Amino acid sequence: MNHWIDIAYMLSAGAFIFGIKQLSSPATARRGNILSSAGMLLAIIVTLLNKGILDFQWIVVGVVAGSVIGALAARLIAMTSMPEMVALFNGSGGLASMLVAWEAHRRSPSAEGFQNATVLISVFIGALTFTGSLIAWGKLSGKLPGRPFLFPGQKPLNLLLILGVIGVAIAFCLGGGANATFFYAILGVALLLGVLTTIPIGGADMPVIIALLNSYSGLAACATGFVLRNNVLVVTGSLVGASGIILTQIMCKAMNRSLGNVLFSGFGSASASKKQDQIEGEVKPISVEDTFILLEAARSVAVVPGYGMAVAQAQHAVHELGEILEANGAQVQYAIHPVAGRMPGHMNVLLAEANVPYEQLVEMEAINPVMETVDVCLIIGANDIVNPAAAEDPTSPIHGMPIIEAHKARTVIVMKRSMASGFAGIDNALFFRENSRMLFGDARQTLQGLVAEFKG
Amino acid sequence: METTLLIYLFFVFLLSAVLGFELISKVPSTLHTPLMSGSNAISGIAIVGALLAAGSGTDDSLSRWLGLAALIAATINVVGGYLVTDRMLEMFKKKDDKQ
Repeated sequence: MNHWIDIAYMLSAGAFIFGIKQLSSPATARRGNILSSAGMLLAIIVTLLNKGILDFQWIVVGVVAGSVIGALAARLIAMTSMPEMVALFNGSGGLASMLVAWEAHRRSPSAEGFQNATVLISVFIGALTFTGSLIAWGKLSGKLPGRPFLFPGQKPLNLLLILGVIGVAIAFCLGGGANATFFYAILGVALLLGVLTTIPIGGADMPVIIALLNSYSGLAACATGFVLRNNVLVVTGSLVGASGIILTQIMCKAMNRSLGNVLFSGFGSASASKKQDQIEGEVKPISVEDTFILLEAARSVAVVPGYGMAVAQAQHAVHELGEILEANGAQVQYAIHPVAGRMPGHMNVLLAEANVPYEQLVEMEAINPVMETVDVCLIIGANDIVNPAAAEDPTSPIHGMPIIEAHKARTVIVMKRSMASGFAGIDNALFFRENSRMLFGDARQTLQGLVAEFKG
Repeated sequence: METTLLIYLFFVFLLSAVLGFELISKVPSTLHTPLMSGSNAISGIAIVGALLAAGSGTDDSLSRWLGLAALIAATINVVGGYLVTDRMLEMFKKKDDKQ
């Protein structure tokens, strides 16, 4: 019987691997996700046949409760709230791994050092993922301030806590895993560290932290696999762990910063912007009517969306304007920066929701060489990712970050609520350029105003 | 036997990690969000351990509550993760049909 279980687990792992592979193309992605969920169902059914399961009452309660909560959350959530939803699901994965390892340790305590070490690693990563994700959720949903939260001695405190955990963990393992106080101390500090390591991360660095937490949730499952000596958990956990790390790297690269810098620098706090020189020049506002005249004459339009588009829920209005411009004979492209928004691929999901064909979405590397041929570059709620200071001003805190070179377009229209600086806390040199015009107001209302101009 | 099993698990760990790196680096940035929520649903595989924990029939009440809580959390992760990914991918698919 046990062999059959292992063979079924192997099939599940295969389904996950091919499922992820199919996720690499929009045409097969949905099938891939269904394949992967079939693999999960198989793993669940096979586990239920295990002779170790004696009591089904609690299982029914748990599965029904979890399914109802999960399904409702997945159905009801608005697409603009996707980042915080993903953070919450991540957190529940981490919590599950933590609890499973804790329960395994309680039910069958072992005096063996390695076994206890795996329990501690699993509990530690799981707890870190859980509270870290909760903080990320709070920041993304606006329930906590998005600015980095810094206090004196933050880094030494974290270091001290980590060293403390390592010391207590060694003592716990050497003591045969019998000391419950040590165990709870590690659990508590891990929960605390999840909070402490996430609060200094600012809003626009969230894509990195979401990807990293995703990786943690995989590693937690993997560690739990070692605790339970279960191969499917190890395979799957390490797959997810690796995928999260790759995504984290891609996000860091898109900001030209190291992971260490994202995690520890408190980037975007007020102190980071002190060195900035005052930018010379003048901001030139533009009205909806004048923007309409510019757009009407444009043959080539590039739209650069940012987090502001998500906040204003302007994606449908963006698409409507895009279609009108196309009907008017213009070529419309949507230039997507890899870290635009609050999670990897955030803008893509929103534009997909609004039915923008993905052929019109172009990556930064593709749009920059042709930016000079663009008549009007329409910037909707994006800021730091189009700041030319990143390329031109060596003293800028974001110097070296790859940007969408909007300033090279013939005319740049910046849609913005106010002159407030972007996440990095620095003025945007783009707004002061000769070819820039500022279109102030709520992005959605402004876009609807433009659409009305075209129709009227 | 125990050591053999552990070496085998490490072996599996290493190979899957390499495979994970290879698979993901080919995913286009358009699909990064569904990829993340999809792989997050997969990490809900901890549900396998949660089922064993919740169904152990133990008399220890803390153990039972831990098992139940683990199962609820893992099920939320799995069901919610797959459904939300499907919802997103459906939007990507729609325009594909239009073409």
